[in-house]
Amino acid sequence: MDVLMLSRLQFAAATMFHFIFVPLTLGLSVLIACMETAYVRTGNEVYRKMAKFWGKLFLVNFALGVVTGITLEFQFGTNWSRYSMYVGDIFGSLLAIEATAAFFLESTFIGVWHFGWDKLSPKAHAITAWLVAGASNLSAIWILIANGFMQNPVGYVLRNGRAELTDFWAVITNKYAWLEFFHVVPASLLLAGFFIVGISSWHLLRKSNTEFFQKSFNLGISVALVFALFTAAEGHIHGNNLSDTQPAKLAAMESHWETQKNAPMYLLLIPGEDGNVLQTLPLPGVLSFLAYNDFNAEVKGLYDFPKEDRPPVVLSFLSFRLMVGLGTLFILLAGFGFLVRNKLDNYPRLLKVLPFCIPLPYFAIWAGWTLTEVGRQPWIVYGLMRTSDAVSPVRAGEVGFTLVLMTILYALLGAIGIWLMVKLAKKGPEDNTPIQA
Amino acid sequence: MTTLMETGSLHYYLAMIWFVLWGVLWAIYFVLDGFDLGVGTLLPFLARSDADKRAMLNSTGPFWDGNEVWLIAAGGVTFAAFPYAYAQMFSGLYLALMLLLFTLIVRGVSFEFRSKVESPSWRKVWDTAHAVCSFLPALLLGVAFANIFQGIPLDETGFSQAGLFGLLNPYGIAGGILFVTIFMMHGALWLCIRTTGELKARAESVATKLWPGVVILTVLFLAYTAMSTQLFANYLVYPVLFVILLLPVAGLVLMRTYLGAGKYWMAWASSGLYIGGTALFGVVGIFPAIIPSSPNPANSLTIMNSASSLLTLEIMLGVALIFVPIVIGYQSWVYKRFATAMSEDDMHY
Repeated sequence: MDVLMLSRLQFAAATMFHFIFVPLTLGLSVLIACMETAYVRTGNEVYRKMAKFWGKLFLVNFALGVVTGITLEFQFGTNWSRYSMYVGDIFGSLLAIEATAAFFLESTFIGVWHFGWDKLSPKAHAITAWLVAGASNLSAIWILIANGFMQNPVGYVLRNGRAELTDFWAVITNKYAWLEFFHVVPASLLLAGFFIVGISSWHLLRKSNTEFFQKSFNLGISVALVFALFTAAEGHIHGNNLSDTQPAKLAAMESHWETQKNAPMYLLLIPGEDGNVLQTLPLPGVLSFLAYNDFNAEVKGLYDFPKEDRPPVVLSFLSFRLMVGLGTLFILLAGFGFLVRNKLDNYPRLLKVLPFCIPLPYFAIWAGWTLTEVGRQPWIVYGLMRTSDAVSPVRAGEVGFTLVLMTILYALLGAIGIWLMVKLAKKGPEDNTPIQA
Repeated sequence: MTTLMETGSLHYYLAMIWFVLWGVLWAIYFVLDGFDLGVGTLLPFLARSDADKRAMLNSTGPFWDGNEVWLIAAGGVTFAAFPYAYAQMFSGLYLALMLLLFTLIVRGVSFEFRSKVESPSWRKVWDTAHAVCSFLPALLLGVAFANIFQGIPLDETGFSQAGLFGLLNPYGIAGGILFVTIFMMHGALWLCIRTTGELKARAESVATKLWPGVVILTVLFLAYTAMSTQLFANYLVYPVLFVILLLPVAGLVLMRTYLGAGKYWMAWASSGLYIGGTALFGVVGIFPAIIPSSPNPANSLTIMNSASSLLTLEIMLGVALIFVPIVIGYQSWVYKRFATAMSEDDMHY
């Protein structure tokens, strides 16, 4: 394999592994802050216990998220140095702002939160929880603005052989970035909701700490339902926007080849890289509607893009289907769970299934990012720089070596982290004191 | 590499300000992460029991995460203000940087993982990992920065062909040893502040014994620097700059004096002054280069040929002037509130 392919694999591995931990951090931090606020307001000990129990799981997750995030920031320099030189004027400043304005706050106050249970008043402790939650989500804004620039570059001029910033306001108000933010953060809350619901179900089925886990379940399922609906609706607007900003991605995710008005969506479709292998059962105009909110609109097909400008079609198509399919399932599942939340004893099968649903939002989020990043190919910055021009002039052997090492290390740490979280989750909230030496 | 600005223009002065800020950010990172890396390195030498090990880990527990963000900030600022230097430095030092990242990853999770399972062999694995992965970053950072101070072989596109083993030259290794030693000293002084009883007595005795080593290494390193690098060139042109050397020298004297007087906070601050002063001494020495090229100085990555545009430098300066003081403010509050002698209540890991 060449340096380009190895570097792409390395980036995919580092990003996807990092993104196992990020969404739970984003979502759960907010929910824990809510629990602590409820404790401050009502004085009910169960809320404090909830914040402590879910917080313990949060900390294991947070540690893995932070350490794998360092790799990501440095990878632009190590593996994508030509990219860093070409757009660093804009992209680099966004990452630096993220570190100074958000990441410092998050990382400093997670320590205060962790070590401050006995040193701070409940109110001050709740404030640190909100600082961590707010800073994590602020961090997401800056990272997504940086990614938004790669998806839809704005506010620059080509000068001195690179892209130079001309309009900072345009960069930070990039519509693409904000659509990503309002998709990623709700999806993360949904994920955190299912995480809480799944673990609570496991305990409710075993009748352990019923009051504690019933309260947790109710919070989790409400959050999951609200944000499953929100994420889906926002996703539709996001899809609309693609027809303006990235028509090739839109065509690839629908495997749409012929430019046409009143474009149909096929109920049965087998995609291929040079045209569909099979397409039948058309729903006329549905694709036009999804892309433009208009059944008669013209949708550009992949044949109208030069072959070297088309993204990988099959992967884009499948990841889109997986994301949307799971998103629909979340609405149904959360809706049903919400309706029966106060008579769960009658639905033991639901309680048995829900713990196994914890991984599903992770798969949906991975699929979403796969579509976002693979669907942008062959560009690293859409329309501006090709991925193949962006890679560092490093030795393939070095990249291959660190890729193998990284995969082994990540697999090992990920497995241990998940094992620890399962262990802590099963143990339940009884034990509030840390393990003594 | 083409020049991006006129000498003496506004762009040039802003790039110069950013060069200073860049140096200051790295210096702060070394001062802050230095002590928690040092405590980690000392783990196998100072801890005699599981309780000692927990105490050592928890002594840096509330701080290490926030400290490590200074690395992200220093890296991020290199990217934002000098993107060409960032790109070349990080890809040119590919293997060394990846190794640094992997060790920092293992180190970070070892805090969280260690005390979650009550098994001596589990804890032994993570204690060993913690010590090794505290020692290696200290060494690698020293090697990397000594090489930068010395100059790295760069081609005319500014790319380095040095490779990991090219960095392991005698001067680079000398820098690595200096970093490890001073971080251990810095960490031992931190333990004097936060631990009690026998552990504290041992930390104090280690700090006392390390001090002559730090002095000798500093003198040798400066002599080596004078012989084999161009780092003194700026100082010889502007002798007033030698004032900067007073910082590490003062730090060196004061840390011993305060340690002897039992004023541990001041002793720790003095070792911080030494580390920060040493970093600044090197940074001023390489100006205007960020990555000096040796043997071909013409290929150096300087503030003139690797800085961001004027607008980006202006915006980033605004961001830095607002947020860096805020960060320093709340981090100081955290240190004041949490860096006291520990009791059993403070053991959260």
